[in-house]
Amino acid sequence: MAAVELRGVRKSYGSGKNALEVIHGIDCSVADGEFIVLVGPSGCGKSTLLRMMAGLEEISAGEIAIGGRVVNQLEPKDRDVAMVFQNYALYPHMSVRENMAYGLKIRGVAAAEIATRVERAAAMLELAPYLDRRPRELSGGQRQRVAMGRAIVRNPQVFLFDEPLSNLDAKLRVQTRMELQKLHREFNTTSLYVTHDQVEAMTLGQRLIVMNAGVAEQIGAPMEVYAKPASTFVAGFIGSPAMNLLRGEAQGDRFVTTATSAAIALATPAPPLSIHLPVPAPRDGPLVLGLRPEHLVPASAGAARFGFAVEMVESLGADSYAYGLGGGGTLIARVAAGTVPVVDEVLPLTFAAQHMHWFDAANGKRVA
Amino acid sequence: MEKRVIFKNWWLPLLLVAPQLAVTLVFFVWPASQALYGSLFVEDAFGTSSEFVGVQNFLGLFNDGYYAHSFGITVLFSVAVAGLGLGVSLLLAVFADRVIRGARLYQTLLIWPYAVAPAIAGVLWMFMFDPSVGVAAWALKRMGVNWNHLLNGHQAMALVVFAAAWKQVSYNFIFFLAGLTAIPKSLIEAAAIDGAGPARRFFDIVFPLLTPTTFFLLVVNIIYAFFDTFGVIDAVTQGGPAKATEVLVFKIFQDGFKGQDYGGAAAQSVILMLIVVALTVAQFRYVEKKVNY
Repeated sequence: MAAVELRGVRKSYGSGKNALEVIHGIDCSVADGEFIVLVGPSGCGKSTLLRMMAGLEEISAGEIAIGGRVVNQLEPKDRDVAMVFQNYALYPHMSVRENMAYGLKIRGVAAAEIATRVERAAAMLELAPYLDRRPRELSGGQRQRVAMGRAIVRNPQVFLFDEPLSNLDAKLRVQTRMELQKLHREFNTTSLYVTHDQVEAMTLGQRLIVMNAGVAEQIGAPMEVYAKPASTFVAGFIGSPAMNLLRGEAQGDRFVTTATSAAIALATPAPPLSIHLPVPAPRDGPLVLGLRPEHLVPASAGAARFGFAVEMVESLGADSYAYGLGGGGTLIARVAAGTVPVVDEVLPLTFAAQHMHWFDAANGKRVA
Repeated sequence: MEKRVIFKNWWLPLLLVAPQLAVTLVFFVWPASQALYGSLFVEDAFGTSSEFVGVQNFLGLFNDGYYAHSFGITVLFSVAVAGLGLGVSLLLAVFADRVIRGARLYQTLLIWPYAVAPAIAGVLWMFMFDPSVGVAAWALKRMGVNWNHLLNGHQAMALVVFAAAWKQVSYNFIFFLAGLTAIPKSLIEAAAIDGAGPARRFFDIVFPLLTPTTFFLLVVNIIYAFFDTFGVIDAVTQGGPAKATEVLVFKIFQDGFKGQDYGGAAAQSVILMLIVVALTVAQFRYVEKKVNY
């Protein structure tokens, strides 16, 4: 087990004038035994960053240290890390046992020791009956467990997971997610986990690194990221459904949305909203107001801070989502099952002061 | 599931396979049956009469020291050609697989020799190694090797092996390269993280996963060495010196057309046919057993 340090880590492809930088300097300290989730949309550089830690990609600038040792120039085999790949990368010509034993065999561990370690890992992962099968004879979930077993038997300093659950079906994903948590509690090995799924990120990570276009937008505990997103990107990415982001002008306790051109061509242009704020905005002028759908509460017409015309309702049983237009885009409000909003009617809404998120209109950074 | 078409009438499917059947019948079945038929007869030197002798031609072959010798030569030649051809092409393919810049150009250039006809390839090598005018022969002599494949049987063998393997390298290369490309990069990466160095990764992961390709190529190369190298041998050594490079196909030509022993040559062809059938059956058995991982 070891701490991992990222210091100004950059990655660029090509050289000279044609150089294309894809990771623009990431700094992060991962404590010994911590479970860190790198989360972001496809192409944000999260997998590249993980592969740089594994030694599969060169580090263009900056330093990565594992257990206090700078590993920039070390081969993957000398870094003492284990990685679980998205497609599991099991050796198809070897049995489950051989797959799990391969890393130990290369490192010259005694055969008896290998056997006990493999048996133990197999028992823990419920793979014991399959030890002599080939990977192709296993189901997706079993293959996934073999990939984890291969990492576990090595007892490395760091586990690296590259979207390990994305090839599983929804039910299995939830189950494996819990197993992963259990395994981490048991081994307490420093883990870095890449995913684009924010549910996985929220449930697995002790801390998240939210990445966007090669930049770490925010590093923090899941609830902290949820409660205080550092930018409009994080606000829109973490939380489901996404936070409503309203562009407009603030003046005292009034916030009037600007009728910006929406990303999608809309049949009816969204009318500007005039929102009555519970407390004045942190400053007057152009701002972005973020309101999570789950923090919008239906109110009586008199107490409403704003309202929007409901275009569509999705009922999920426990509660429903009301979709409407306003403030230059789609608005979503979560309403309890009891009050099903009516389509084409204006839904009056209110919200509490502590649920307002303010972002700079120009750079998207959090203001308050 | 495979989609099968059920025809209501019998003549349409027959019509559809007719061209293939015609080609097979005219170019394969008919000559093969002629050879089988011919192998049971002895013709006189003028080709005016033939006499049925049963398996006498075959028995003659088995008692012929030259035939056994030729058989040995062929086995040696085939193993050498297949071994060299596969080894060199695998090495080239592994390197080409790593090349990033200019990979296309490199790969295309490596494929070119396959377009050269065997006889031309043979002539090419013959000129290069000609003891009196060849560039390579001159260079070898400068290095102290007394090169004269016209007199030295071992050198003659080495030369035809090189010439025959050279042509096959590009063919093997394409297949190996395709096979290498088909191996998921993540497997190699997983092995690297597991602690395997480049050589270990190759022998533990890459080579086993290439086995189906390698086996297919082995069969193809052996068949090539057995049957398709007539042009090379004819152009370079004509079976000489002193029958040192007289492989089975060349011996058939020698006995049948130079020696006028039509029946004996036909019997040799039949034996060759049996060998290729056995090889093909072996290949299909194997391929069916381990279709994929």
